[in-house]
Amino acid sequence: MSATIENPRSGQNSSGRIAPEYRRHGGSKGNFEMIAWLFMRLSGVVLVVLIFGHLFVNLLVGEGIKAIDFGFVAGKWADPFWQFWDLAMLWLAMLHGTNGVRTIINDYAEKDSTRRWLKTVLYSATAVIIVLGTLVIFTFDPCPVVDGVPLPGGFCPA
Amino acid sequence: MPTKPAGTLYRGREGMWSWVGHRITGVVIFFFLLVHVLDTSLVRVSPEAYTAVIGAYKNPLMALGETGLVAAIVFHAFNGLRIIAVDFWKKGAKYQRQMLWAVLGLWLVTMVAFSIRHLSLALGGH
Repeated sequence: MSATIENPRSGQNSSGRIAPEYRRHGGSKGNFEMIAWLFMRLSGVVLVVLIFGHLFVNLLVGEGIKAIDFGFVAGKWADPFWQFWDLAMLWLAMLHGTNGVRTIINDYAEKDSTRRWLKTVLYSATAVIIVLGTLVIFTFDPCPVVDGVPLPGGFCPA
Repeated sequence: MPTKPAGTLYRGREGMWSWVGHRITGVVIFFFLLVHVLDTSLVRVSPEAYTAVIGAYKNPLMALGETGLVAAIVFHAFNGLRIIAVDFWKKGAKYQRQMLWAVLGLWLVTMVAFSIRHLSLALGGH
């Protein structure tokens, strides 16, 4: 047996008695918030694997953090496996973190203008970091040369 | 627009405090991530610039800072998996408290193991 709950009478006419922001259908935002909610969960699971792997390989194996220098990074990015690992980590972590901070801004910034400002700063920082990080991963040069002279500390073919 | 909430919706206990912890660790990790991408980008400036800046991190204070950062990451990771279980597992909401204690137990075990390994590598003299 199932009971039918009648629609609220206040919604039956379209006389505008419900303020537009409280209507649950036909919003201009579409289902963006649902996609964002789902993205947090899916990217979260992937990030647990990527970041735990990152921490294990960089901090717990061999000499740990003491081994990290230019040569360590050059060694990792000589392998496309680690390039794509780091690329996936960069994009997923930045988008996951940006969406989290967006939620926090929406929760605590009460004025519309404050929210807009904070989100403009947030999205700008996100864009800069994602573009910069992506370029660094794919334009990395283990043997940088300036004016025909290899920079000290590089890994140049003999 | 309301300027002041009437009363409070905060309920305290495990549910609220895990949410508070998730927010704070999330923000901490996000700001670290911005700096971490910038310092790694120094490999594109010169090998010496990168190695010099990373070398400046290699001191006991930063070793403790790294341990704190990893503590935040591990909590956020395990509690995030708990949130997914609350949302997608049909008994998730019923067992959210027990799952928080499981998160904290796993977090403690992971951090004891990580701290021993990381601090002995970072602080060990040789």
